[in-house]
Amino acid sequence: MRHDRRNTIFGVHLALILLLFCAQFVIPPFHRTMVTRIMIFATYSMGYNVLLGYTGLMSLGHAMFFSSGMYATGLTVFYLGFGAPAAFMAGILASILMSALIGLIALRTTGVSFLIVTMMFSQAFYLASLHLNKITKGDEGFILSGHLRPLQLGGLEFAFSDPLVKFNLALMLFAASLLLSLWLIRSPIGRVLLGIRENEERTRLLGYNTFNYKLLSLIISGTLSGAAGSLYTLTFSYAGSSLASILYSIYPLLWTLLGGIGTTIGPIVGTAAMAYMVDISSGLTSSYLFVVGAMLVILIIWFPGGLVGGIRTRWLRWLP
Amino acid sequence: MAEVAPMTPLLQTEALSKRFGGLKAVLPVNLHLEQGEIRAIIGPNGAGKTTLVSMISGRINPTSGQVHFNGRDITKLRAWRRVALGVVYTFQITSIFRDLTVYENVALAAQRRLMRRALDRVVLRETILVDRVDAALAEVGLEHVVDDPAGLLPYGHQKLLEIAMALALRPKVLILDEPTQGLAPDEISALCQRIKEISQEVTILLIEHNMTVVLELATAITVMDKGAIIADGTPSEIEADDRVQEAYLGL
Repeated sequence: MRHDRRNTIFGVHLALILLLFCAQFVIPPFHRTMVTRIMIFATYSMGYNVLLGYTGLMSLGHAMFFSSGMYATGLTVFYLGFGAPAAFMAGILASILMSALIGLIALRTTGVSFLIVTMMFSQAFYLASLHLNKITKGDEGFILSGHLRPLQLGGLEFAFSDPLVKFNLALMLFAASLLLSLWLIRSPIGRVLLGIRENEERTRLLGYNTFNYKLLSLIISGTLSGAAGSLYTLTFSYAGSSLASILYSIYPLLWTLLGGIGTTIGPIVGTAAMAYMVDISSGLTSSYLFVVGAMLVILIIWFPGGLVGGIRTRWLRWLP
Repeated sequence: MAEVAPMTPLLQTEALSKRFGGLKAVLPVNLHLEQGEIRAIIGPNGAGKTTLVSMISGRINPTSGQVHFNGRDITKLRAWRRVALGVVYTFQITSIFRDLTVYENVALAAQRRLMRRALDRVVLRETILVDRVDAALAEVGLEHVVDDPAGLLPYGHQKLLEIAMALALRPKVLILDEPTQGLAPDEISALCQRIKEISQEVTILLIEHNMTVVLELATAITVMDKGAIIADGTPSEIEADDRVQEAYLGL
């Protein structure tokens, strides 16, 4: 951070946020919904990236954190009649608790064992959500329409059914998470996390309690994932077990790899690229997954560090 | 080791031993390190030198015995806590953050000393950090490669970077594990000069095979063989010791 392009770096991130803000006025409704979804899942990927990209820990259990947020928010609205802000806070709280608990256990392992342990916990969570189908309605899920009151803000009322409200809520969460992760990796904590990623034993012998730092990273990662899950439920008015399945643990890994692990804007680039690859190719052929797979293989060959990772290595060395 | 120490040593081991399965790597050993000295530990390969300093730095746990530092029992302390107290180890095989810049390598060490309160983890004055990093790099003469990736440095510079990282931690005891290994002769003499300067402020425990370096630097020498200390004294005493000649110099 020495010869620092602080202003350029900050500017790039603000420009991205501004670009997304302006997009809502020009893009057609279909794409507005699409971008809303992308921003929420990009927040999920950014959370995932804090752990994988900036701490070097690969988890296959993040669906558990995403759906902790989703269920805590969805269930409190559905059964307890919580308003959106309180339900969102419930989602945040649940994902903090969940990631702290899982972290205390799973972080005793590293590498492949960590991957397996997080996956096992997540599968247990998924199966529990199916088993408790009297409450969660299992795979079928439940819908919040009719339960969720409109958001009251300074005398104004915002209905969650309004696409522009959805879009801007997603943008707010995305922007906050982007700036948070940018700040995090440039902070002293971020430097320690990078040290752990590069060489954990050396970091320990520089006097850092690496377990605590990894736990902190996992909690931040899990909480961002949970916040995304919570907002997903609020904006798409739905919570169901399928979003807790292993597929939703694989997605953020895929999005992050595609966009560029260990880059701040990689997650949104990867999430958007994947969403539009699926969208465009499924309009052309019914075997669209074949096309997507082939594209991914080509991208990994040409850009092993992901799209933004590749841009960073080739042209913009200063990208965080 | 029946000698009487004039004061409490800065660092002391009491019957410290390590067994790996059936292998007794280090027999119960009493080592003491006085404030301000440069103590060299010499001995043939497999004598248990690195195992001994690894127990002192906390990288491995002893089978029995204790480590005292500044009058405090640190045997049970984790490695990172010992570093925080001022016991700093530099690796025999260089262990740096290869993909990070030289600056980031040293900054990670330097910021550890600046993190006194919880809030320091979140906000840290970057200017103070830059000063500390520059000072540490200047001490080893690496200020010209500050923005290079550490992994691309020549081997000798990587060793110097290790030392700069250790210095940025502001150690009280600096454990140097074969710092001259793999260096060219002119690099060795430059490094010796640096170590002499560093020893003005820091007590040094040095593992070294190069006897020229040992005799130039050490104010005290401990000789190990087969996991035990077989001699302990000033450089001239050690040079004259028959057991040392036999075990180490092979004469």
